[in-house]
Amino acid sequence: MSILAVMEQRRGAWNRTSFETLAAARQFAAELDTTASAAVLGHSIGHLAAELAPRHLQKVYAVEHPLLQDYTPDAYTIALRQLLQQATPSIVLFPHTYQVRDFLPKLAASLGKVAVSGAIAHRLDHGQLVLARQLFKGKVNVDVRFAGAAPHFASLQAGAYRADQPDPAGAPYPSAAVEQFAPRISPGDIRTRPLELFRESQQSVDLGAAETIVSVGRGIQEAGNLPLIEKLAQALGAELGASRPVCDAGWLPNQRQVGSSGQTVAPKTYMAIGISGAIQHLVGMKASRTIVAINKDPDAPIFEVADYGIVGDLFQVVPALVEALQKPK
Amino acid sequence: MKIVVAIKQVPVRDSPWRIDFSGKWIEEADLSYEINEPDAYALEAGLQLKEAHGGEVVALCAGPPRVAQTIREALAKGADRAIHIVEEDPGAPDPLATARLLAAALHGEAPDLVLTGLESDDLGYGQTGAILAELLGLPHATIVMHVEILDGGIRVKRELEDGWFQHVEMPVPALLAIQSGFSKLRYATLMGIKKAKTKQVRRVMAADLGVAGPEGAPAASVTIDRLYLPQRTKRTQLFAGSPQQAAAQLVEKLRFEARVI
Repeated sequence: MSILAVMEQRRGAWNRTSFETLAAARQFAAELDTTASAAVLGHSIGHLAAELAPRHLQKVYAVEHPLLQDYTPDAYTIALRQLLQQATPSIVLFPHTYQVRDFLPKLAASLGKVAVSGAIAHRLDHGQLVLARQLFKGKVNVDVRFAGAAPHFASLQAGAYRADQPDPAGAPYPSAAVEQFAPRISPGDIRTRPLELFRESQQSVDLGAAETIVSVGRGIQEAGNLPLIEKLAQALGAELGASRPVCDAGWLPNQRQVGSSGQTVAPKTYMAIGISGAIQHLVGMKASRTIVAINKDPDAPIFEVADYGIVGDLFQVVPALVEALQKPK
Repeated sequence: MKIVVAIKQVPVRDSPWRIDFSGKWIEEADLSYEINEPDAYALEAGLQLKEAHGGEVVALCAGPPRVAQTIREALAKGADRAIHIVEEDPGAPDPLATARLLAAALHGEAPDLVLTGLESDDLGYGQTGAILAELLGLPHATIVMHVEILDGGIRVKRELEDGWFQHVEMPVPALLAIQSGFSKLRYATLMGIKKAKTKQVRRVMAADLGVAGPEGAPAASVTIDRLYLPQRTKRTQLFAGSPQQAAAQLVEKLRFEARVI
């Protein structure tokens, strides 16, 4: 038994959530009394592999090939399958990034497996690993465990593990051996052609700089109701933010989206109005200093991170709040 | 262009969530259902491609008899016909088991494009599309925001993290997992609803698709221990009373305790 963390890089820069996965891999290994290793894929990534060497890992695999320069699901799947054959880990962990979501299901399915995607926690039960993940947009949790022969696959939700955990005292392997691994990939194996990365336009709304953000979610019901929230934002001198469904529906521009696919913010005050708090939203705002939630559902996950809350109809509570804010102190 | 759109029926968002007797699934008795919202965007993408380039849109849906309603809605919005894989008691199937059914039901269809939503609002694995591509031997892309038809292939716009995007080209047939917000969703018209009644729905029993071999269905690689309602991790100070009273208390706390306004 051993654990392998697959790290993510793009053009020589780490995806930072990889280090949460690395920390989790070491923690799982310590608890399961086994070893943790890491792998990084790409072209000319020797320096990245070298960075991992002092991180208390048994081994670091530098999986290098010119056809891994730009990410494609085909090349990544082929390379990882070959690596798994050689390294034979029992559990393979990934950060739950957009890229991993693109290739991990394919990789696992090609081995007749399902990956546990978006795991948020773990525990051991009689020496067996149990992973928790969310169902129904965070309203219900489920504990799952692996069955059948290794390797087993899981991706870890951003924020579920801390990247900055200190190394356990007396951690083994102060310096890992970096092992070069050259997968066999031919250009004909790759069916998709990735083109240049681009951004749409300069962000004109910088939510990151705002001291106060009032964010609105699906509870607002329609675009015509937005002035209600704008009034509250005005009374607080706040920037207006939104959850993904509000931007998907075109009620507010994408630049105002808070969450894993939008901006990550940590203002002094964050007010979530009619936002249930799917994990994709929570990871984008839970570092805010004071969090206020107004929601009609007392079981909404937003109340797991809120300091203050009102359970009620936002169409009644928000006007009352605006009025209370306008009263002299 | 022949486009298959895989759609799923899920419980409506604000359902009362209760764990069932087995502890391994939810109590379904008092739930109502609707189309999985990400799949509504996939359907919209398929309909727009058909309108621009001609062809046919086939809705593909696995589930118990109740999903017939979601299939009818897809037909009313403009899908030309549908395939219903009838599963009597699906419970919480894993995405590989579902993808195996979808792949088997597509035998003989030879679509140019297979579209799925990015993830389901119930199980939320976000994997069925990419797994289905692997089973069908198709190239794929996920988190797709736009699709352009080229000579002999397609160019898609993928959303990456931190505001980045990327164009990816690939030959057809291909599978695309469509990102929510792809385009505004249409409503069914009265005419569409009327027409839907005459459209063909091919029903196949899941058990007849040959996914289970002589030794039974392939063993699942992930098993469910139990479902439970998440524990609150932090105590929220809740303010009760009338909206006015609650608002006044909140403002006072923000002023004098949190000192943020």
